[in-house]
Formats: sequence, structure tokens, C-alpha cells
Amino acid sequence: MTSDSVAVETNGHEPSYLEYQGKHKGILGWILSTDHKRIGILYLTAVLTFFFAGVVFGFLMRLELISPGETIVTAQTYNKFFTLHGVIMIFLFIIPAIPAIFGNFFLPILIGAKDVAFPRLNLLSWYLYMTGGILALLSIVMPGGPADTGWTFYIPYSVRTDTNVIYALMAAFILGFSSILTGLNFVTTVHRLRAPSMSWFKMPLSVWSFYATAWVQVLATPIIGITLLLVVIERVLHVGIFDPALGGDPVLYQHLFWIYSHPAVYIMILPGMGLVSEIIPVFAHRTIFGYKFIAFSSIAIALFGSLVWAHHMFTVGMSDTGEFIFSLLTMVVAIPSAIKVFNWTATLYKGSIELAAPMLYILAFIFLFSIGGLTGVMQGVISIDIQIHDTSFIVGHFHYVMFGGTGFAFFAGLHYWLPKMFGKMYNMKTANVAFWFVFVGFNVLYFPMLIMGWMGMPRRYYDYLPQFHPYHLISTIGSWILILGLIIMFTNLFKSLRSGKKVTAKNLWGGETLEWQIETPPTLENFEKIPVVGGHPYQYKDNEVTIEEEKV
Amino acid sequence: MKENNVQHEHSPSYGIYILVWLGLLALTGLTVAVAGLDIGRFTVATAMIIASAKAFLVLTIFMHLKSESKTFTVFVIVALFFLAISFILLFADYSFK
Amino acid sequence: MTTQTQAHSESHVHRDDIGARLGMWLFLFTELILFGGMFLVYSIYRFTHPEEFHVAAKELNTIIGTFNTIILLTSSLTMALSIVAIQKDNKRLSIFFQFLTILLALFFMVNKFFEWSIKFHHGIYPGSDTLLNEKSGEILFFGLYYVMTGLHGLHVIVGVAMIAFMMRFTSNGVVTHDNFIKLENTGLYWHLVDIIWIFLFPLFYLIT
Repeated sequence: MTSDSVAVETNGHEPSYLEYQGKHKGILGWILSTDHKRIGILYLTAVLTFFFAGVVFGFLMRLELISPGETIVTAQTYNKFFTLHGVIMIFLFIIPAIPAIFGNFFLPILIGAKDVAFPRLNLLSWYLYMTGGILALLSIVMPGGPADTGWTFYIPYSVRTDTNVIYALMAAFILGFSSILTGLNFVTTVHRLRAPSMSWFKMPLSVWSFYATAWVQVLATPIIGITLLLVVIERVLHVGIFDPALGGDPVLYQHLFWIYSHPAVYIMILPGMGLVSEIIPVFAHRTIFGYKFIAFSSIAIALFGSLVWAHHMFTVGMSDTGEFIFSLLTMVVAIPSAIKVFNWTATLYKGSIELAAPMLYILAFIFLFSIGGLTGVMQGVISIDIQIHDTSFIVGHFHYVMFGGTGFAFFAGLHYWLPKMFGKMYNMKTANVAFWFVFVGFNVLYFPMLIMGWMGMPRRYYDYLPQFHPYHLISTIGSWILILGLIIMFTNLFKSLRSGKKVTAKNLWGGETLEWQIETPPTLENFEKIPVVGGHPYQYKDNEVTIEEEKV
Repeated sequence: MKENNVQHEHSPSYGIYILVWLGLLALTGLTVAVAGLDIGRFTVATAMIIASAKAFLVLTIFMHLKSESKTFTVFVIVALFFLAISFILLFADYSFK
Repeated sequence: MTTQTQAHSESHVHRDDIGARLGMWLFLFTELILFGGMFLVYSIYRFTHPEEFHVAAKELNTIIGTFNTIILLTSSLTMALSIVAIQKDNKRLSIFFQFLTILLALFFMVNKFFEWSIKFHHGIYPGSDTLLNEKSGEILFFGLYYVMTGLHGLHVIVGVAMIAFMMRFTSNGVVTHDNFIKLENTGLYWHLVDIIWIFLFPLFYLIT
């Protein structure tokens, strides 16, 4: 990509951010860069690496579960697998992926800015992310082996086990700090750096999502920070905070843990929903239905999402009144999400729908997220949850929302934006083939979990009764189909970066948001002149672009 | 770009800060005095109300919240709201056990 | 073929004091909620162990606590005054007030050190046999006491370092009467440290 001499485009324009040579040369120009686009690429590389590691652990878990009894590993090792799978997927993939990659790369562009509010803090976020990730991986190889507590680190086991819990906790703490700084940066950026003509209700909907997410990152993450810190202190100094042997209350730990970890799932899904709102109008060639409703629903989800945490704790001995209140609030939080689904569907109605890869993943999102969301509402009913808590049903539920939701939105984002970011096009037919493998594999993998969970199969168990065997067998085969799909997808994408068709067109898909008005790939400062915008960017009239440029 | 550089106090004075400081000292004296009284269930509430009054003074005057744009105040309210709701809902469990 | 210059690349570092303060407030929220989490734990344990908290709190010295509160409040005053001073272009006075703030902060830490030493001497420290033989409410009280005042003390030390940097910046002209955002933001941090203590003080020292 970069070479020793400054490479410029032959048409005499400015070099792209990929070719630009500043103070530092070569690799230093990347890992010391404060350019939001380069930082987005740094995150892309790191996040995908950790994602693949997480997939490997998932693959191994399913391999163990393909038959009852010990199949490939001992119970203890299986516990470490699902702990690592959870820690990696949640803290190193799902939470950061869309905000840190696409948010970093595109948020400034979407609002007509040259960078985020605090570029150096942005780079620090990435270094904290890398530190946390390395600590998490280190926990695997250091004596004691990785933690076997589950990613939830419940007391008292997390203060009793002599596995490397402290590594995992410190990793999560540092990753939380990285998340906080990203959120802080985004809130300030949206408030302070919008183009002068871009009022709040002219912002793209993905910006609304990033903004709501950023608030949750700033407010909720410190709670997990202090909670995990307290567990570390308790392990090391035997202080007596949550440990029942020292007078503590393990349920209080769970409360504090979920006060963050429930809002965390909204950190995960909101950016994905933002992408859905971005992509549907483009590929349906229709104005988004209910712009303001979707914008406000993002805020509502962030707000209500902080009120429902104890629905993870219906079976631990809370008061009846407490349980009732949390169950009721859980019903309420489903409403703004449903509003989004209705509005997206209404946008499709009478649209001229183009089934390109980004759109396939987005349509799948709506379907899979609906299944996940509905199973979530089921779980919010206390009498049902008593039966299915800690079963595979829960595992199915959260994979449908987190993977079928955010994961698929992330894949959509890759197919939508990678050509813009790198100026290289992937093979669209191959992308569609990959999609079907991924979609089919996903459902074959996770739907049986809903069924067997309902029938009583516990989660986090490496062994099970014979009646569950057929479901596990099907599920594991589903994991192979899914992984095959992922291999096809990523091979296609990576190949395009190396030798794909070069793209120089500014507007690849006919979108109206600002990233489609600038160079492909973007120049360092994104815009030659600060853009002037008309209405919100989803006004599709004969696909005419409504953006004008004016001297600042 | 001049508006970015605007400092809020165009003619700052030392006096207001000293006044607030005296108020804070007075409130500290009050809270210590009240602690000596036996008011049973209201002990915590009273202490927290006085502490909140002190915090309010520090926020509005020392931290200039009063002279900043309304956005800052809204931010503070949002953050405090998150903390408050966590307290309230947490006690929704423990108060009824 | 155009060549690009260095100048335009670095040009998009623009000054935005309001944005800088906004970012600082957001950071302060995270600190508020970090400590808030511990206040949550405190409030639940006090609710479930009222008597034992009352007994355990007798070990703490109200006079030192009150004294420390006054010290910290005064340090907030000197911090605020240092900003007024630089606004009035009185560099030396500003540095003097910053210096006073550091002195008061260090005084606070010295008191804290003595408080803790006395308790350690009595065998009351995390994991000690003396403490672990007490009732669970008392163990919890002291666990919270040490962690909360300890974490607060850590923040005081960080604050001292930040103010020391500000003294340097004020002296060498990085902080001036029309560009003092760094000092302001340091002040904001310091006031938050003060606010946390304002709540810690009655909850640990004034339970009677």
C-alpha cells in the first residue's frame, strides 16, 4: 500500500488517507496515526483477529457437544472454552466492532467533519483495546490457565478458582476504559463538530445510534469497572465485599454486574440498528419511514435499557416486588425496538428492492433480531424464565440478537463500506453465496438450542442426557456450515483488498449520506470544503442527490 | 471560530468563591452538629441532603455549571439520573426481601 | 503530479474550549459512577446491617474526618481562585494558589496516612484476623472504608500530579490568561474529588 515515496493519484488529486505520508513513515504512520480513518482500520484488523479466535473457541465447544460425555476435552477445559468464547466475543468483538471500526471511520464523515473531537484520545482507545486483548490472550498461556468462571465471573467461584481470573478481570477493566473513551469522543464529536448546516434532525440515523450508544458507554461502563476491580481486590486482599464467607452478598455482585452488562447489550445492538436504518433506504430506494421515531427510539432504548438489568436474576432469590418491577420494565424496553422494526418494514413497502450483499444481511438482521427479541420478551415473563433460565434457550436467544442482530449488521457494514474504505470491490456473486451459507448455518446452529433449552438442556454443560443428542448433532453441523460461510465471506473480502477491482466512483450504491459525496477511498481531511446539507439524507426522489458544496 | 474561545466569566471576581467556601464550611459544621442528634430514621437522609447542598454549590459555582450553556446542566442531570435510577431499582429488590 | 505539504495535514487541530470542557465533564461522569457503584454497595450493606455499621463506625475519628473535610473544601477554593487569578493575568498569584492546593492535598493525605496507621496498629485491616473475627457487617464496613477512601486517595494523588503539571504550564506560558482550558479542566477534576469526599465523610464518620 504505502511505499517510501509519496504516492499520489494520477488524476492530480490529493492522495487518499491510505497513501498519505505524514510525520511517520511505514508502519509507524499507522500505529501512531491520529487520523480517525486509520484508527478505524487498526480496529478492523484487531477486532477481526479476535473475532476469529472467538469463532475457534465456539467451534471447539460445538465439537465437544456433538456427542454426550467427554468428546474432545475435559469438563474443566470446556468451562475455559466457554469463558474465553464469551469474554472474547463480548468484550473484544461485539461491543467495540461497529462503533470502533465504522463509527471511527465514518462518524466524522457522516456529520461533515474532518475528524473526531479528540483524535489523540481516539488512538489511546485503540492502545487500551490492544492491551486488554493481549491480557485476555495471556490468560490462556500463563500458569493456571484461562478463567473457567464464565464471562459473568459470578461470586463466589470467581474468588475461589485458581485459574487466571485476575488477567481476565483486568482485561475487561482496560477494555471498558477503551470503550468509555470512544463513547466520550463520540458524544463530544456529535455535539461540537457537525457541519454548520446539519441540525440534529438532519443527521443520518446511524449517527443517532452512535450517539445513543456513546452515552451508554460513558455512563454504564464505569459500573462494571468498579465491580470487576472490587473482585480483583477481594481476590488479592481478601477484603470482604461480595464473598459470602466474609459476610458479603453474592447477589449484590450480580446486581452490579448486570447494571452494566444489560445496558451493554444495547451498546451492542444500537450501532447495528443504525446500520440497518442506513442501508435499507439505499437498497429499497425509498425514504426511510418515520425518521424521527427511529431517532427517538434510539434514545429510548438507551434510556429504558438501563432499567431492566435484574431480569437476568429472576432465579437467585430477589424479592417478589423487585422481580415484578423488572419484569414489567422488560416489557417496556421491547417497545422502541419494535418501533424500529415496524418502520424498517414500512420502508421496504413499495420499495424497489435490490438484493445486494449488504441488503441480504440487513434483511436477515430484521428476521433474526425479531426471533431473538421475541424470545427475549418470553424470558421477561417470570414464570417462563424460572423454567428456562440457564438453559440453551437463553443461549439461543442471545445468539439470535447479538449474532443474528449485531453480527449480521457488522457483516452488512463490511459489504457496504469496505469498498469505500479501500477502493476495492469484492465479488458480489461470491458474497451472496457466502451469505446463504452463513444464514442457513446460523439457523441450523442456533434454532435447536431454543428447542432443547425449552426441553430442559442446561447451558454451560459439556455433558447431557441422550434425548438431547439429535439437537446437539444438528447444531454442531450448523456450526460447520456457518464457519464455511464465514470462510467464503472473508476470503472474498480479503481477496478484494489485495487484488479486487479498483473502485474510484464516489457513490457506489446510490446513498445520500455524506460518505458517498467524497473520494473513494477518502482523502486525509475527508472534505475539500465543509458540506452544506438540505434535509435528512433519505429523501429519495429519482435517486437525486440533494447535497451541495459551498465555500466555508 | 472566535465563539469557541469564549470564556464564560468576562469579569471574574475572587469574592464569590470565598463566599461559597464559607457556605461550605457552615454546611459542614451543620452536618457534624446534626450527627450528634438522635433523629433515628432521618439520619442518612439529613446527612445526604446537606451533602447534596454542598455538592450543588461546588457544581454550580466552583465548577462553573451556572455560567455554562444549558447543555452541560442537562448532561449532569442525565448522569445523576442514571445513578439515581440504579439506587432506586436496586432497593426495589432489597427493600422488599 | 501534486505534492502534498505537511501544513494542511496538521491544520485540522482546531481549538474548541467548550468541546474540551464537554469532554472533561463526560470523563467526570465516569468517575462519579465509578465511585457511585461503591456507594451503591455501601447503601445496600448499611441497609442490611445497620447496627453493625454503627458499631464499626465508632472506630473512626470524627475530628480528623471533619478536619480533612475542611482541608479539601479549602483546596477547592484555592483551585478556583487560581483560575480567577490567571484570568486576571496574574500569573504568580495563580501559581501560588495552585501550590496551596497541592499543599492542602498533601496535608489531607498525611492525615489519611495517620488514620490508617492507627487502625492497622489496632489490627483492623483487610484480611486481618481481628477484623475477620468481627460480625460480617463490621467486616463489610471496613472493607468499604479502605477501598473507598483508598481509591479516593489515589485520585487525590493523581490530582496533585495534574496540578503540579499545571504549575509548570502556567509558569512556562502554556497556560495563559486567554488560554487556560488545561487549568480549568484540572480544576473540574479536583472539584469532583472534593465532591466525592463530601459524600464519603458523613457516610463513614457521622453515623451515630
